[in-house]
Amino acid sequence: MEVHLKTPLKEDEVRSLRVGDTVYLSGVVVTARDRAHRRLVELAESGRRPPVDLNGLAIYHCGPLAVEEDGGWRIVSAGPTTSMRMEPLESSVIETFGVRMIVGKGGMGDRTSEALKDFGAVYCSLTGGVGSLVASSIRKVVDVHWLDLGVPEAMWVLEVEELGPMIVSMDSHGGNLYKDVLSEASRRVREFLGA
Amino acid sequence: MSGIGENLEKLCVALIRLAVTRLPPDVESALRDAWRRETSETARRQFEAMFKAIEVSGRELIPICQDTGLMTFHVKVGKDYPLRLELPEILRKAVSRATLEVPLRPNAVDPISRKNTGDNTGRLVPWLDLELVEGDSLELTVVPKGFGSEMMARLRCVPAAEGFEAVKRFIISSVLEAGGKPCPPIVLGVGMGGVAETAMRLAKRAIARPVRERHPEERISELEEELLEAINETGIGAMGLGGRTTALDVHVEYAHTHTVGTPVALVFQCWCARRASAIIEPDGSAVCTSHPGVDLWRFT
Repeated sequence: MEVHLKTPLKEDEVRSLRVGDTVYLSGVVVTARDRAHRRLVELAESGRRPPVDLNGLAIYHCGPLAVEEDGGWRIVSAGPTTSMRMEPLESSVIETFGVRMIVGKGGMGDRTSEALKDFGAVYCSLTGGVGSLVASSIRKVVDVHWLDLGVPEAMWVLEVEELGPMIVSMDSHGGNLYKDVLSEASRRVREFLGA
Repeated sequence: MSGIGENLEKLCVALIRLAVTRLPPDVESALRDAWRRETSETARRQFEAMFKAIEVSGRELIPICQDTGLMTFHVKVGKDYPLRLELPEILRKAVSRATLEVPLRPNAVDPISRKNTGDNTGRLVPWLDLELVEGDSLELTVVPKGFGSEMMARLRCVPAAEGFEAVKRFIISSVLEAGGKPCPPIVLGVGMGGVAETAMRLAKRAIARPVRERHPEERISELEEELLEAINETGIGAMGLGGRTTALDVHVEYAHTHTVGTPVALVFQCWCARRASAIIEPDGSAVCTSHPGVDLWRFT
């Protein structure tokens, strides 16, 4: 199924998505990778709020290539980064801040999968390496926070139009496409190696 | 700096810009063939997104992937090429300039403090693999190495007692372990033999070889085919979402080694298998060999 969604995302919208669906997203996505996630979790633990309300928004695992010109920022290239690095932190971010969608590449683990189920969110895979394609769907750099972490690690608030195609690879019902593919791959490798 | 040095610096900036904005035709045509063979709808979508990104980058001359990597150079320098000792400094300046002009994402950091140098240069960055050869020309290949794939690099010294099957097991199980993380379909570089460092250097040279160019020795090219088939049998597919093509190619390079065992190095290159090469003459004229017909001066 192909769906076109807009932020803020509602719980029933994301709960209706299933592994294998294709998604195009318009609205606001907020980038966060390793260091921004650590900071978000610190805020969560001390009961404080992040500089942008993440409720109903999508978190994008991305460290963009951005340049400052004419007093503003331009995103040159902005493909996804490997999501698994954020695995220890993501469940707390989903639970505390009401994030409805995680966008990244490579998939995530069981803790995140549980959080998607418990709090109603999905994980969508964007093709790795397609930085210029993603940049062409960015309409506006709304804001940037935490530049002290460096340009790739900062939290970029981006207005996007038809960001995609993305594949729902982990849904709110426990489905995980990566896990299915890898367990089948392991079986075939055992066969090949005769073990 | 001499005129010839400035000329070379400009050509290096052009090679870097070309490498990060346009894939070599051998890589692109291998991706298109994989897309045509693909039966999984999800995998087909991945290829289609790749082609769109390639198109946007070609039109607007912006990097295909935001991870423009750490710059590595394979350099074959003719014994009579006028610049030799100056080469590392020229390449370093070119990388720094390209960071601003292309632009590239500043990725180079100190390994302990994680402080970013801001211009993609630093201690032993860019990395050079230098070979001295006959003649008076310079053969330069730049490989921008993204770290989604580089983080999957592996080295294992396989004891001879375990037999050659253990080498194959190590290769296949490493690909399985990497799954979708190195942004498949990958080009897998395998370096076998020598001391540990030889193996890794050979694996790096292996990923710089054009896709679908086989090793000249038949037993090695057969091994490449066998490994490629086994890797594609896994069904990991484009981006690890399942599909028929997990690797575009496997390139094996080897050296003789010690009787006790074989160091085996694996280097993963993502689908965005960027590289650009040129042969540069002492008079400053240059022919681009990775992207035939491209006028490098248009990329300066």
